[in-house]
Amino acid sequence: MIDLGPHAVFIIAAYAGVTLAVAALVFWTRFDAGRVAKKLADLEARGIRRRSAGPAA
Amino acid sequence: MTIETTPKQSWWNRIAHPGQFVAWTKPLLWPLTILTALLFVLGLWFALFNSPEDYQMGDTVRIMYVHVPSAWLSQFVYAVMAVSALGTLVWRHPMADVSMKAAAPLGATFTALALFTGSLWGRPTWGTFWEWDGRMTSTLVLLFIYLGIIALWRAFDDQLRAARVIAVFTLVGAVNIPIIKFSVDWWSTLHQPASVFRADGPRMPGSILTPLFVMFFAFTFLFLVLHLKAMHTEVSRRRVMALERQAAQGAKS
Repeated sequence: MIDLGPHAVFIIAAYAGVTLAVAALVFWTRFDAGRVAKKLADLEARGIRRRSAGPAA
Repeated sequence: MTIETTPKQSWWNRIAHPGQFVAWTKPLLWPLTILTALLFVLGLWFALFNSPEDYQMGDTVRIMYVHVPSAWLSQFVYAVMAVSALGTLVWRHPMADVSMKAAAPLGATFTALALFTGSLWGRPTWGTFWEWDGRMTSTLVLLFIYLGIIALWRAFDDQLRAARVIAVFTLVGAVNIPIIKFSVDWWSTLHQPASVFRADGPRMPGSILTPLFVMFFAFTFLFLVLHLKAMHTEVSRRRVMALERQAAQGAKS
């Protein structure tokens, strides 16, 4: 690791904060997508489909 | 009207169909994700291992490589929302509503990151984490606007009605963007004036500009990937809501 000088704690805190926030954003985006996809699949499994899609098979 | 005589729709009208939009943009997600990851690896290598310290700020200049892209995105995301708001109000484009809603939490996060990294950079260089100066205060106001927009989306059950109200609110809030941009010119602020995008060229050497630009593109592509994915999810969420309404109506009749 490079020597970040006397203010290393500020630099490390900035990069750690950004890493955590970006990781949280990516996790939340994927989690939300998975949750909604599961709901949609459940509804379709119950035979509920858009009227324009025609009757369930 | 037969298929042969049906007038051909423009791409603008075809992309207004949420299913069509998802089908067209889904194949872009993985290539964009890989490109974003590569840009971050390259950008972080430059930022932490292959760039010099500043002659005045020392190593704290490395905070700039995450602060400036976050600050750029805080305003760029709002600009995306403002253009989408026009799409909602002027063209009633269904994907404009979806774009506005999907962008708001991303913009709020990047604005919070700009404030967080800025205060961590300010303490060693200015001697303070926070000052109520034009740039910092107007950026804090931007964060509150984002949070207000997110709260408004959650306050309405009818998302079509919500979109109209929020589009007006977003366009009114857009007045804050030029205030943020020109705050450093209009008022005497602790924050430095523009040093990259200037009429007379950047005031930085190439060794510092290179990591800054790579990180700038890495953050921008990260936003594009997350925005696209969040838009796909929002399209599915609206489909779920429509199916749930349809199921409830079916149960009543």
